[in-house]
Amino acid sequence: MSELAIVSSSPHAHSGSSVQRIMLDVIIALVPAMAAATYAFGWDAIRLISACVLACVASEGVSRKWMGRDLGVEDLSAVITGILLAFNLPPSLPTWMAVVGSVFAIVICKQLFGGIGYNPFNPALAGRVMLLISFPVFMTTWSTWGIPAPLAVDAITTATPLGLVKTAIATTGELPFTFNGATALQLFVGNQNGCIGEVSAAALLLGGLYMLVRRCISWHIPVAYLGTVTLFSAILWLHHPQQNLNPGFHLLAGGLMLGAIFMATDMVTSPVTKRGMLVFGAGCGLLTMLVRKWGGYPEGVSFAILLMNAVTPLINRATRPRVFGAVKKKKA
Amino acid sequence: MTPILTTALTIGGAGLACGGLLALAAKFLAVKEDPRIEEINGILPGANCGGCGYAGCAAYAEAVLLKGAPINLCAPGGAEVLGHLADITGETAKVAEHKVAVVLCGGDVSHAPRKFDYNGVADCRAAHATGGGDKSCSFGCLGYASCSHACPVGAIEMVNGIAKVHRDLCISCGSCIRTCPRHLIKMVPYARTIHVMCSSKDKGPAVKKACKVGCIGCTICTKLAENESIKMAGFLAVVDYEKDLDSDAVIEKCPGKCIVRI
Amino acid sequence: MGASTANFRAPGGIHPAYHKDLAAEQPIAEMPLPAMLVVSMSQHLGKPAEPTVKKGDTVLRGQVIGEAAGFISAAVHAPTSGTVKLVAAVATAAGPRATAITIVPDGEDTWVEGITPCPGWQTLDKKAIAEKIAAAGITGMGGAGFPTHVKVSPPPEAEIDTLILNGAECEPYLTADYRLMIEHAARIWEGALIIAKALEATTIRVAIEDNKPQAIAAMQDAIPAEAKDAQVVVLKTEYPQGAEKQQIFAITGREVPCGGLPLNVGIVVENVGTTLAVWEAVVNGLPLTERVTTVTGGPIATPGNVKARLGTSYADLVEFCGGTSGTISKIISGGPMMGFAQPDLACGTTKTTSGLLLLGPDAVQAYESMPCISCGRCVGVCPMKLMPNELSQFLEAEDYETAEAYNVMDCIECGCCAFECPAHRPLVQHMRRGKAQVMLIRRKQAS
Repeated sequence: MSELAIVSSSPHAHSGSSVQRIMLDVIIALVPAMAAATYAFGWDAIRLISACVLACVASEGVSRKWMGRDLGVEDLSAVITGILLAFNLPPSLPTWMAVVGSVFAIVICKQLFGGIGYNPFNPALAGRVMLLISFPVFMTTWSTWGIPAPLAVDAITTATPLGLVKTAIATTGELPFTFNGATALQLFVGNQNGCIGEVSAAALLLGGLYMLVRRCISWHIPVAYLGTVTLFSAILWLHHPQQNLNPGFHLLAGGLMLGAIFMATDMVTSPVTKRGMLVFGAGCGLLTMLVRKWGGYPEGVSFAILLMNAVTPLINRATRPRVFGAVKKKKA
Repeated sequence: MTPILTTALTIGGAGLACGGLLALAAKFLAVKEDPRIEEINGILPGANCGGCGYAGCAAYAEAVLLKGAPINLCAPGGAEVLGHLADITGETAKVAEHKVAVVLCGGDVSHAPRKFDYNGVADCRAAHATGGGDKSCSFGCLGYASCSHACPVGAIEMVNGIAKVHRDLCISCGSCIRTCPRHLIKMVPYARTIHVMCSSKDKGPAVKKACKVGCIGCTICTKLAENESIKMAGFLAVVDYEKDLDSDAVIEKCPGKCIVRI
Repeated sequence: MGASTANFRAPGGIHPAYHKDLAAEQPIAEMPLPAMLVVSMSQHLGKPAEPTVKKGDTVLRGQVIGEAAGFISAAVHAPTSGTVKLVAAVATAAGPRATAITIVPDGEDTWVEGITPCPGWQTLDKKAIAEKIAAAGITGMGGAGFPTHVKVSPPPEAEIDTLILNGAECEPYLTADYRLMIEHAARIWEGALIIAKALEATTIRVAIEDNKPQAIAAMQDAIPAEAKDAQVVVLKTEYPQGAEKQQIFAITGREVPCGGLPLNVGIVVENVGTTLAVWEAVVNGLPLTERVTTVTGGPIATPGNVKARLGTSYADLVEFCGGTSGTISKIISGGPMMGFAQPDLACGTTKTTSGLLLLGPDAVQAYESMPCISCGRCVGVCPMKLMPNELSQFLEAEDYETAEAYNVMDCIECGCCAFECPAHRPLVQHMRRGKAQVMLIRRKQAS
């Protein structure tokens, strides 16, 4: 033998999965939502997505080199962070702000914690919340620019649907519109105002389905998340239908679908046990609804997920599976 | 003015109350500790090397006072720390001999090739447990730097794929010895500078096949060395560090070129 | 009566590519005596045997050349007649060196005197059976190599009610047990009756995965009339169904306690190959001097199931199977999930060599490990319900205490976690090292 044989510890077989492949699958799953965003917001969507992706990848590469890490950007995780951050921005946001958010997400929230695998918080969400707190006006200005004319006629515009509801309840004490089949369809296909990635629940669900099939996510977090939101909003709605919209609205409006399918399921920042995932998803749902109903912001998905990220290690610890054989030992 | 006043009073009051509670807690919940423990801890080098056999300097300080541990166990501290400890405890003890670690293997990458392509955790213990280690010689330094990582003072450097101890940096804590899966590291008196840089128990031909600078068990050195300061242990020449050895002849005449002066 | 299916489902598990078709249809072929046999004294779990011969001695087949050294140990017999050429330490398949006896066969293959067949074994009491098994030097032939005579003499308070014959052979590529079940079903059943008698067990179950219908049919057809409660149980094909604790749970729903043995729940599991060896030892009086090894993998010209003498070098096995073609990237003693990678083909077979697997460059994935991304796949597939992600991180940080508290010692090293890990982390290697280290610490504390 001219070449030396490879010797390693068992196992000598591998499923063939890789971090890069998982990331690539997530990117593929994001394509329908990117298409919907581009359809709804046109140039602004392309502008923000490319700005965020480029800024994320560049800052990942530079900071890794600077911190002397041997990993490059080829694991594609920075691309996902970029896309997801862009998805969480309003279409009219200036490019430079998107870049600032991207650099913050990658350098502060990811690389300073040790890089891929070590960040406690979802970098894209942390970037978004930083922007939201730093530039509240820009981050909550919803232009109707770019919404294609045929859909714009009946589009729920000028503010996000959740914003409309919140303002109306606060000022008049009444709901601004009724939620019926027509509005549901509007929200479902992507005819609403909001951040560029959250417009179309249908596109997001399609991506989620792909990730489920490719085993990038398991059903536990999205189902627990959406289920809790449904339950919570159903209780409110049944209790007081004049003040609360029905669960259908809560499911389809705002960033819930994006959050439940793509953000809360981020592997690094969510629990590893199945039971933990259920707890995590339920916690996200509860916090989201608390913010939506009683919080200062109309939407609470980002805050809910970030808060749950913080308790992920705790959830992992609390939901540690019972070791096989951890039973009372019969005397032998 | 009233709201400001109310706020200031509330917050100030809360602060005062909490501060008071903390002060009370500090007074009543305080753990009584022999102040000398803290004093000894301050004198110890603080490397937490574990060389004394206790889990760090604080544990040793406690052991000295409460469990009557000998006061000369701190090798890094040497005579100076011993003197201070003697003053505090009133005990006396002899300074332990100054020893340094030496890695008894000279088979670097140019002398001892790899016999397979190891793919796994970069740690000597892990590598040793996988196919017996990838070095051609089953006794030699694997070069995955476990000892170097364990050294609290950075005295072990990896040179050409094997570990070398910088003897003047070594604090003789023994951390490296505990990590080496092949037991190549020995603690030797600082004054002894001639070493057989090989630990192979194999017979001559097997050693020659595996490494260009191994001990082939020819016994020449044992005849040249004064008052039996090098002895054979099976097929391996071993220096008896209890005895003086300062002969250049053993270095020159060693056919395996494995006796060196460091 | 048809074969029954397993009632329970053990946690975790994976579905690797099985590649059993390479050798599954090759009948067991007996290999002629090679020019040299290197018989290791470390063929089993526990203390290596003590050599009883020295250089220059002539030995006969079946003669004891290594005596059991302690309670958990087993005797080693000369695999053929010939001359002892060397007694020296050589590397074992698992890595560490152990004494081995090199025998140059004389070609006569003369059996030692005193071989006493015992076809009427029914009259033997359980002690006599255990003695015969011990005298034959039989050890578990599935993997770990636990001395069989120890297993068949459980402490009296154990109350064994069930004997499980493990024919799952869940390791990919391997087909040795499969062929044995097809070709020697009746003998295996009789061996099972012998072991059941020694254990005073009333129930016998044969566990076979559902991807081996021929073996299921063969074992089903051969169920002996005198067996009171004997059944073939069909397990879902999943790795590691052959793991003792998981298999016991799948069949009986009993959970072997952490750190315990199957006998703690009244069960003994024997591999089908071991059972056949017991039959040979009791009925024909023959000590264990040969075994069936699957020689397989891409680079092997004609993969097959080879019955070879213990100590046959891997190189001779490969040559018997037509040699190799193409680059060999990995040489594995055993199967791909739990086998040991070898630097070369120098090693000799032992009682536990179930397979010799050669992999080409296309089948070898190098670990280029990344940080853990907490995907949780390892947690999902772990058949012991451990959290390998956490454990490996504790072990990397050398925090053995925490690792022990989180049950690192319960790891069965099946490899499911590392198989699934997208970050290609060497999880099993961490576990192995951690277990060794914890054992070391425990021993230190005990002394």
